[in-house]
Amino acid sequence: MPNSKNEKLIVLVEKMPAFPKSVQQIVQLTSDINASAKDIVRVIECDPIMTVKILKAINSSFYGLPQKITSVQRAVVHIGLNTIKNIALGVAAMGMLSANNKANFNTSNFLLHSLTTAAISKLLAERIGLSSTECSDCFVAGLLHDFGKVVFAEFMPDEFKLALEKSQEQQLPLHQTELEFIGINHSQAGKILAEKWELSDPLIDAIAHHHDIDHNQNVLRDCVFAANQISKHMQFGNGGNPLIEAFPESIVIRFGANLSAMCDDLGDLESIKIEAQSFINV
Amino acid sequence: MKIKFWGVRGSIPTPGPNTVKYGGNTTCIEIRTNDNDLIILDAGTGIHALAQTLLKEMPIQAHIFITHTHWDHIQGLPFFIPIFIPNNQIKIYGGIDPVTNETINRALSVQLQYSFFPIREAQLNARIEYATVKPGEPVKVGSATITPIVLSHPVLNFGYRIDCDGQSVFFTGDYEPQLNIYDPEDDEYTEFQSFVDAKWDEVVLAMKDVDALIVDSSYTNEEYASKQGWGHGTYDSGIKLATAAKAKKLFFTHHEPTRSDASLEAIYQNLLQNNPATGFELLLAQEGVDISL
Ligand SMILES: [Zn+2]
Ligand SMILES: [Zn+2]
Repeated sequence: MPNSKNEKLIVLVEKMPAFPKSVQQIVQLTSDINASAKDIVRVIECDPIMTVKILKAINSSFYGLPQKITSVQRAVVHIGLNTIKNIALGVAAMGMLSANNKANFNTSNFLLHSLTTAAISKLLAERIGLSSTECSDCFVAGLLHDFGKVVFAEFMPDEFKLALEKSQEQQLPLHQTELEFIGINHSQAGKILAEKWELSDPLIDAIAHHHDIDHNQNVLRDCVFAANQISKHMQFGNGGNPLIEAFPESIVIRFGANLSAMCDDLGDLESIKIEAQSFINV
Repeated sequence: MKIKFWGVRGSIPTPGPNTVKYGGNTTCIEIRTNDNDLIILDAGTGIHALAQTLLKEMPIQAHIFITHTHWDHIQGLPFFIPIFIPNNQIKIYGGIDPVTNETINRALSVQLQYSFFPIREAQLNARIEYATVKPGEPVKVGSATITPIVLSHPVLNFGYRIDCDGQSVFFTGDYEPQLNIYDPEDDEYTEFQSFVDAKWDEVVLAMKDVDALIVDSSYTNEEYASKQGWGHGTYDSGIKLATAAKAKKLFFTHHEPTRSDASLEAIYQNLLQNNPATGFELLLAQEGVDISL
């Protein structure tokens, strides 16, 4: 994709609306003076668009933070709830992501895929004993790993539709057909945006390389990769990619199991799905 | 370095017989370096009286650092008389608001509109400059170094540390130390607490060993119980900060608007009794008193 097209995409995404239920809940919670802080934070951290806009605002070089902030909770501690709440309200004012985009991409199923990947990614991080900060970073990385897709659905629906259809019909990886029709895949688009928004390096890397695991060491990306396959295997939601990738050796070593052994070991994840659904259905 | 409070009241000016001693103007602090460079922290209504004293020094160079854009910290700006007089140089410093993306020049321009004020921004005769400051990035004014840090309040708020000629002052602006928003039984509690603790350490480091720590102490503990999340500190949160930072003097300011001189003094006596061995001096900020460090 030529650079001018990237620039255009970056400008368009500024106006990107969030998911309907979070928009509705933010409007409702912010007009209730007694709304609890944790309810507000919960809504924001379960919406990829609101999350990414807050991380963008807070990590902007205007503020020159010595250390990047990767989670909504840390952003709240850093600057205070009211500022975070008002950034979210600004996102809500841009409207709601429509359920019927021209790409025929089901955004509810997409959100369910993103949320369950986020929750499983955090669960995996806990299992391998990462610090609590890293565990919450894994949630954020899982939530944001595919946001390039929803950007395509919103701003390049015709091309994305072709990519989705071909991927489905010929059982090809979606990131491959995206490359064919759009000239860039969702992880590359995510990377461009995440870099532009000055997100943390591990987060950019997890978004950029959640389909090519041979890349350098990044535990965040490994958790997201594994969680992504587990979520697809469990058929939680749908990110539009019909293929489930086997765990490569590095992932098997990291988690001590292959995909099916891992799924057996994790047992029933239905509660993760049910909780995620409660953030989706209007 | 010398300090003088010109406004010590929070939220709204409170003139009248009950506030004569400590003062009823909203936040404004004058700081003079040993070379007499003028640094002003916030432009509440107290800045008007400060301006009167500057008229005999003109032309002046003033460096005004705004902690945040809530009304009580900017409403004196259009009444800072030197802005109308040629040859004065006034530089206003502040952050970029992450919600509106507006810089600090809006603090003045928003007030100088037809409906709200008779003079237009274009009619100001002094040379007025605006500077965006970033947390952790020091700014120089003469021999002074001013370093901002983000402190939690309902709008972007900077605490400023001023280091100059071997002495130091820290002013919090309006600041409520972040509490854990979760309950101990919530899964998120421990992790959130680790963020709270990390921020606390960062804040204490920023005010470490200062000669004077000036804190927003709007509330008593009893009042605070119903005012959590309003963005202000308590007398006790100020003492906790000063203790952790090993400050030498602690000034309580942003006095709650309904607080009379008598009730301020009663609270103060209580504080002295309950905190006999803090290792630092406790003081109520009072308008018009010269303080040498
Ligand atoms: Zn105030
Ligand atoms: Zn304020």
